[in-house]
Amino acid sequence: MPFKRYVEIGRVALVNYGKDYGKLVVIVDVVDQNRALVDAPDMVRSQMNFKRLTLTDIKIDINRVPKKKTLIDAMEKADVKNKWESSSWGRKLIVQKRRASLNDFDRFKLMLAKIKRAGIVRQELAKLKKETAA
Amino acid sequence: MAAKRKSPVKSRNPDLIRGVGKYSRSKMYHKRGLWAIKAKKGGVLPRHDPIPKAPAAAEKSPKFYPADDVKRALLNKRKPKPTKLRASITPGTVLILLAGRFMGKRVVFLKQLTSGLLLVTGPFKINGVPLRQVNQSYVIATSTKVDISEVNVDKFDDKYFAKEVEKKKKNGEGEFFEAEKEDKKTLPDDKKEDQKAVDASLIKSIEGVPDLKAYLVARFSLKSGMKPHELVF
Repeated sequence: MPFKRYVEIGRVALVNYGKDYGKLVVIVDVVDQNRALVDAPDMVRSQMNFKRLTLTDIKIDINRVPKKKTLIDAMEKADVKNKWESSSWGRKLIVQKRRASLNDFDRFKLMLAKIKRAGIVRQELAKLKKETAA
Repeated sequence: MAAKRKSPVKSRNPDLIRGVGKYSRSKMYHKRGLWAIKAKKGGVLPRHDPIPKAPAAAEKSPKFYPADDVKRALLNKRKPKPTKLRASITPGTVLILLAGRFMGKRVVFLKQLTSGLLLVTGPFKINGVPLRQVNQSYVIATSTKVDISEVNVDKFDDKYFAKEVEKKKKNGEGEFFEAEKEDKKTLPDDKKEDQKAVDASLIKSIEGVPDLKAYLVARFSLKSGMKPHELVF
């Protein structure tokens, strides 16, 4: 199977280990076989091992090691934030975060909502069964 | 006694280093003006006779001397402070009780009593938990708050919850074999009235929030997949 996501300058990656866990960063340069220089609008440009990164589908158009302002402008132009939040991977992460931050009362309300929805689904199913049986 | 000074006097002898003053004894005598006081009072520094002490009552010699030295108990001036209340527990917070008869029940916190225990109520009509004392350590504080401004809890303190002391009845031998008829301890009516008064306004504010009543009826339990250290309460 050929690779689809390559390490290249401008590749957006997700940090999966360490202090910046969960952040979206852009690869702005490659240090050596194992490390990349990585940058994001809200962090200081730093090096990271590739093992700490998971590549995404998103790529932006930048030169090698751009200035912070240039980087931010390029990210706005490519609309990285919206592309990420509308992708299924990004949406999953948002849902996970929301579920983890649920309060005890919220979890209770969620349970009630699930029961209600299951009830409605079961009613519809019963109706359909009746129709096909008849 | 000498006249009281209006402000405390700073030493007229500044320190060169700690322990060494700038002026010698003779210089200080001059600076303090003791020569002027002597001159005013006719050559002698005024002497005040000591205040006569009231004659001490004649002490009787004790009848009994212990053979060995008796140790004197050490003095303890410690005053215990009231238990520090967790920042997450404020009046109106919904708490989850973790132990006891009402384990798992979600109750409303009213106030901290002077003994450090928390005063808590179901409300009784909603989940059967009466006005009760509970220890802070046996409680999880959730972030759900109920509006408690209408409730007056001033009359409740530790004495309200003290157990009533029953007089001991001396049973004769014959009565041991009889089945002892104990009257069931019923709650006095005024306590029931207190409960109703506190709960009335609470229930109104609870019914104002959707699903909150059902939430307080339900008991909390850990289900499969719930990790307490990761749960946000």
